[in-house]
Amino acid sequence: MKIHEYQAKEILRKYGVVTPKGIACFSIDEAVKAAQQLGGEVWAVKAQIYAGGRGKGGGVKVARSLEEVRQRAGEILGMRLVTHQTGSEGQIVHRLFIEQGVHIEKEFYVGMVVDRGRQRVCLMASSEGGMEIEKVAAETPEKIYKVFIDPIAGLSQQQAEEVALKIGIPAQSVPQAVTLLQGLYQAFDDTDSSLLEINPLTLTAEKQVIALDAKMNFDDNALFRHPEIVALRDLDEEDPVEIEASKHELSYIPLDGNIGCLVNGAGLAMATMDIIKLYGGNPANFLDVGGGATAEKVTEAFKLMLRNPKLQAILVNIFGGIMKCDVIAQGVVAAAREVQLTVPLVVRLEGTNVELGKKILADSGLTIISAENMADAAQKAVSAAKSKSSSCGCQCQS
Amino acid sequence: MSILINRNSRVMTQGITGKTGQFHTRMCRDYANGKECFVAGVNPRKPGEDFEGIPVYASVKEAKQQTGANVSVIYVPPPFAAAAIDEAVEAELDLVICITEGIPVRDMLRTRYKMQGKKTRLIGPNCPGIITPDELKIGIMPGYIHKKGRIGVVSRSGTLTYEAVAQLMALGLGQSTCIGIGGDPVNGLKHLDVLQLFNEDDETDAVLMVGEIGGTDEEDCARWVKENMRKPVVGFIAGVTAPPGKRMGHAGAIISGGKGTAQEKLEVMESCGIQVTHNPAEMGKLLKSAL
Repeated sequence: MKIHEYQAKEILRKYGVVTPKGIACFSIDEAVKAAQQLGGEVWAVKAQIYAGGRGKGGGVKVARSLEEVRQRAGEILGMRLVTHQTGSEGQIVHRLFIEQGVHIEKEFYVGMVVDRGRQRVCLMASSEGGMEIEKVAAETPEKIYKVFIDPIAGLSQQQAEEVALKIGIPAQSVPQAVTLLQGLYQAFDDTDSSLLEINPLTLTAEKQVIALDAKMNFDDNALFRHPEIVALRDLDEEDPVEIEASKHELSYIPLDGNIGCLVNGAGLAMATMDIIKLYGGNPANFLDVGGGATAEKVTEAFKLMLRNPKLQAILVNIFGGIMKCDVIAQGVVAAAREVQLTVPLVVRLEGTNVELGKKILADSGLTIISAENMADAAQKAVSAAKSKSSSCGCQCQS
Repeated sequence: MSILINRNSRVMTQGITGKTGQFHTRMCRDYANGKECFVAGVNPRKPGEDFEGIPVYASVKEAKQQTGANVSVIYVPPPFAAAAIDEAVEAELDLVICITEGIPVRDMLRTRYKMQGKKTRLIGPNCPGIITPDELKIGIMPGYIHKKGRIGVVSRSGTLTYEAVAQLMALGLGQSTCIGIGGDPVNGLKHLDVLQLFNEDDETDAVLMVGEIGGTDEEDCARWVKENMRKPVVGFIAGVTAPPGKRMGHAGAIISGGKGTAQEKLEVMESCGIQVTHNPAEMGKLLKSAL
């Protein structure tokens, strides 16, 4: 799960991390009022969306008068902000964050993630702040300094000092940086974060070390013990189809193609997408119905796929283990009837009770294209999608 | 031989009184030598009870002392599963298989930290388990699709492993042992650890390795194979079409920071002498050709 910058900063301040003073707003008037309340002569007007790269996309502006705050807020609020993380469709800005301006002397990068190989939280820091860290990592990896954190002892004073000095924090500001870094790790650990980024971490002209930006993601598996974080969820930022899917405990990710896939198991679902592509088609989604799919769940899965106007065919690929093929077949038949299927349906069943499952499909009276194996299924789905899109006479083929 | 488990293993179920634990303990008990192998269950609140004749003990330590069990399988719900692993590690079992899906990463970081220097090996979490066909099944895979043979299978996923096994079976190739190491980012045995075991196993002639996007386990394994493996290894990586930044069902299956793409994994594997296919329908065929 993700949260907004202003929410992350609120969490981090509780851990002694210094940030500029700021106020979150939902309208232009609120933005002006916020700037007045904050005082000073310079403000940052920042779009609040989950994606990174907001500055480059025009979502972060400096204002030097209240009038300019009004103008900038008007430009950003409601805009469709496109960044390298939003995809080409962008994300509409519904919230703003007005912050006091700071005198920036130097910018750094600090991030924390779980390193899978070492099975430790990794603190990454760099003298190259404000840039895309992926770019720094690719072009000048020597400029990224890493330490791995002992899960029991936490980030030690010594480690934090070392990091601060390595990235070039001046000696007089190191103690402050240590407090900030240790606070960041404590926050990461306490909240079950999966990612924490401060980009940039800023040294001000007054030699203060502050978090100018903040990004936090959380481990979905741990949300059960963090109701305070779940409460921060902003549904405007999430794809409505993915929200709907999560209600039914379906793992669904929309993609660009026209062949819907319904599969049990994440690995097999990815492999199904891959084989569609291999035979010249394009998957419309990733969809894992999980191990305990019921007829209702399969019906919901069909409804999700059919929301996609580009859909030209559906491929169901089930390897029944604990989940029996006859149960899945009943689900498919019930779903096809309920949703009035308008695209060709290819079904491949294998595993427990496969013969019974095939018979249920054959006896249903529905037009179901049955497939013998994965390759057969993919080829049939690709050709069905092609003939469907050429027969409808429009330009909807992807 | 086979690896990690065989007919002489003695198994306890942690979480035997829950619905999932009961269902799968029954299925495993009814497979091959399961009746002799599944000897105990653990539930701290229900010691002295039994599940269809399998005695329930208050702790892993007690179950081990009373029955000689050396392996545990865990179906405990996610909030308590890491503690269940810790308990099995402290009791010095040889092997723990954690089926539970959805354990917080933070819990697994601590559990893996505590496992350092301990004798216990961990499979999973979030995995289908392990099977030595016609001897013993510990996990949730359908037993009947397997047959004893000389191919080792290791994979991060469940149903894709079954698919691989079915393809092998269609070509008449049985398996020595099949292991699902799980789809979580922080887990126990990696591809590399399993390949080392298959390399030393007299009853394994070749290995089918199935990976997926995320992390660098497959690459690390491939580099080891190049230097050390004496048997043919073939592979498939799921997720060539997966977009970066999107988690593909498994918590570990995500391309992040440009790392962990299927293409990159396939290239490293090939350069290390592992034959790979881009077609998930041809995993069995590829393995047969490598024999």
